[in-house]
Amino acid sequence: MKSLFPSGRTLGLLAVLVPLLALFIYVGLRSGPLAPVAVTLTTVESRAITPALFGIGTVEARYTYNIGPTQAGRIKYLDVHVGDWVKAGQVLGEMEPVDLDDRVRSQEFAYRRAEAALREAEARQAYAQSQARRYEQLLPARLASEEAVATRRQELQIANAALSAAREDLSRARSDRDALVAQRSNLRLIAPADGVIAVRDADPGTTMVAGQSVVEIIDPTSLWVNVRFDQISALGLASGLSAHVVLRSREGAALQGRVLRIEPKADVVTEEMLAKVVFDVMPQPLPPVGELAEVTIDLRELASAPVIPNAAIRRNGGKAGVWRIADGALSFTPITLGASDLHGHVQVLGGLEAGDQVVLYSEKALATHSRIHVVERIAGVAP
Amino acid sequence: MISLAGRDILHSWGKFVFTGIGLGLLIGVTLVMAGVYRGMVDDGKALLDNSGADLWVVQKDTLGPYAESSSLNDDIYRGVLAMPGVLRAANVTYLTMQVRKGGHDVRAMVVGIAPGKIGITPGWPPYLVAGRQMTRGHYEAVADIATGFALGERIQIRRNTFTVVGLTRRMVSSSGDPMIFIALKDAQEAQFLKDNDAIWQSRRRTEANPAFNRPSVPGLLDAVIASQSSNAFVNAVLVTLEPGHAADEVAESIRRWKRLTVYTRAQMEDILVGKLIASSAKQIAMFLVILAFVSAAIVAFIIYTLTMDKIREIAVLKLIGTRNRTIAAMILQQALALGVIGFVVGKITATYAAPLFPKYVLLVPADSIAGFVAVLLICVLSSIIAIRMALKVDPAEAIGG
Repeated sequence: MKSLFPSGRTLGLLAVLVPLLALFIYVGLRSGPLAPVAVTLTTVESRAITPALFGIGTVEARYTYNIGPTQAGRIKYLDVHVGDWVKAGQVLGEMEPVDLDDRVRSQEFAYRRAEAALREAEARQAYAQSQARRYEQLLPARLASEEAVATRRQELQIANAALSAAREDLSRARSDRDALVAQRSNLRLIAPADGVIAVRDADPGTTMVAGQSVVEIIDPTSLWVNVRFDQISALGLASGLSAHVVLRSREGAALQGRVLRIEPKADVVTEEMLAKVVFDVMPQPLPPVGELAEVTIDLRELASAPVIPNAAIRRNGGKAGVWRIADGALSFTPITLGASDLHGHVQVLGGLEAGDQVVLYSEKALATHSRIHVVERIAGVAP
Repeated sequence: MISLAGRDILHSWGKFVFTGIGLGLLIGVTLVMAGVYRGMVDDGKALLDNSGADLWVVQKDTLGPYAESSSLNDDIYRGVLAMPGVLRAANVTYLTMQVRKGGHDVRAMVVGIAPGKIGITPGWPPYLVAGRQMTRGHYEAVADIATGFALGERIQIRRNTFTVVGLTRRMVSSSGDPMIFIALKDAQEAQFLKDNDAIWQSRRRTEANPAFNRPSVPGLLDAVIASQSSNAFVNAVLVTLEPGHAADEVAESIRRWKRLTVYTRAQMEDILVGKLIASSAKQIAMFLVILAFVSAAIVAFIIYTLTMDKIREIAVLKLIGTRNRTIAAMILQQALALGVIGFVVGKITATYAAPLFPKYVLLVPADSIAGFVAVLLICVLSSIIAIRMALKVDPAEAIGG
């Protein structure tokens, strides 16, 4: 009985110390640099992937017309406002003619004066002609002198010349008048095509220089998306491919479209390729010009090949590769990567076979001598 | 031979163990403090490791991109790429900011990474714990798990909304802020296009400037505004080297011919550890030293008190003729046992407490071993005082008042 009492105390002490020691050993081995690295594995699958390209762009109008005066002047009136629909040939407004109307009127009078001068020249010529004819009839009968006949002929020639001068004068006066009328009508701002007023830059009374635009008309039925793709991931971009356009204002609703053309000139500074994507069906209401759009372009489906998630790709010694598990041992396998899709699947062209086990996620960077501990999910990641 | 120390401990093991645990908590705090310091240094190194670069090309005469701000034109990388020995060069931007998600925001370092082949382009997160790497050139993000974001969540960075597609771990800035990786172009825009109000105000400022808003030159204002609202700058160019080229050599040639400042990995570590976190690291180190002294004093005091508690028993032992050596060994063994229990408890508490800290706490085995040796040494030293007291005791005290 007596020997049991101290052994009870010893047991009590051991009951505290042994778990403490066990916990200490567990802690020593399971934490810090000695602890195995938690990893999750994935199997290389052979499957087909559909690569896609992703770019962003802005909605633009294919046809934009900037309407403005061809010479400096002041706006007299402007009847259209932003959002108005206009027809081809419609007068939108007019520049102040200043003295142009007076000059047209003056030219009109100059024209009438030329007409009067023509009538005078015609009368003179008719008289000169009849005089010349009369004297020529009198000459055979020797009733008039040779000299008198010559004088009449010369007068007729002068009258003819004066008549044609008067005619040309009249033509000139008409042309001068027409030119001024043309200039006058050029002051009118006329819509060259059907469209909608997008911008009204100035109001009546504003002085404009030649070439400055007063209103901007766009053709809303010609809207397209000017898309930019990073050159590094633009392989396979071609016209005719189908596209999904997501407008910033209509997130979640993808509109169908297709690539109309690839611009022959890429952007040098931003290292982007430019393409125009048109809508299959014009969205209603029409998206505003300048709205941001995200464009996804589907490329052709590729033949089956070993595919890994891109999260499995690691760098080791400057090479891309994966950590492969073969017979429970970890080894770095450099791989050659092929096409990838937007869901993160990457084709492996060399280095791996379908069915190989590779590390997908890991808690920290791996090295050849790392001890690993395969888990379903890395701690801390929500299911 | 019976162990006097063991017998004594067994006699009042509850008190002994609890004293040990109390001591352990103190040692645990000291170990955590050492871990905080190591964690700060490791944050800096993790930043360098995760960038995957061999060289950092930054604005001339700056300590960028981490310790100072640095700004380079984003086409400089093309020139760097042409230098001999350079395998890859990629632009990168760093911007520490509040990232919004719903109602709350998280302090994070937004890293803009250049597009390129996954795995070999420097700057990309080297490993993930969930999700995937970015595949789209815009509006996708890979976030560190410490941000608290989950896969598929939408986060707001400046003017745009990003979808979290991947999660990573231990991707932190030198000050321990978690990183969020986004595409370079988005990051450049985020650095420059601050918010819509700022953009409008900037446009109005430009419009108000008669030098830019000239009626005689239609289109000038638009051109000026367009040139103002683009950002062609990055913070650094990350360079990886071709095998067989020495980092210092390539760095020197870029410095010489491109007239930029270049740092190698060793120099960058010097900047981060020696300059960026130097004062806060010293602060922690100072605190660690004080804590170590306090712990030593408390250990000495505990052992002294434990010995004084049983001074009467020791007098009895002396009275029955126990040798001094036996008594000294008893006290020393008890002190060491206390130290060992304290260390074990300290190590366990430190390990379990470390993940609870908001910033990274790195417990290095070497620190633990050094701590263990120090604890034993302190126990031995403090037991010497107690032994002296015990040996000086008068055996008559055993029977006296």
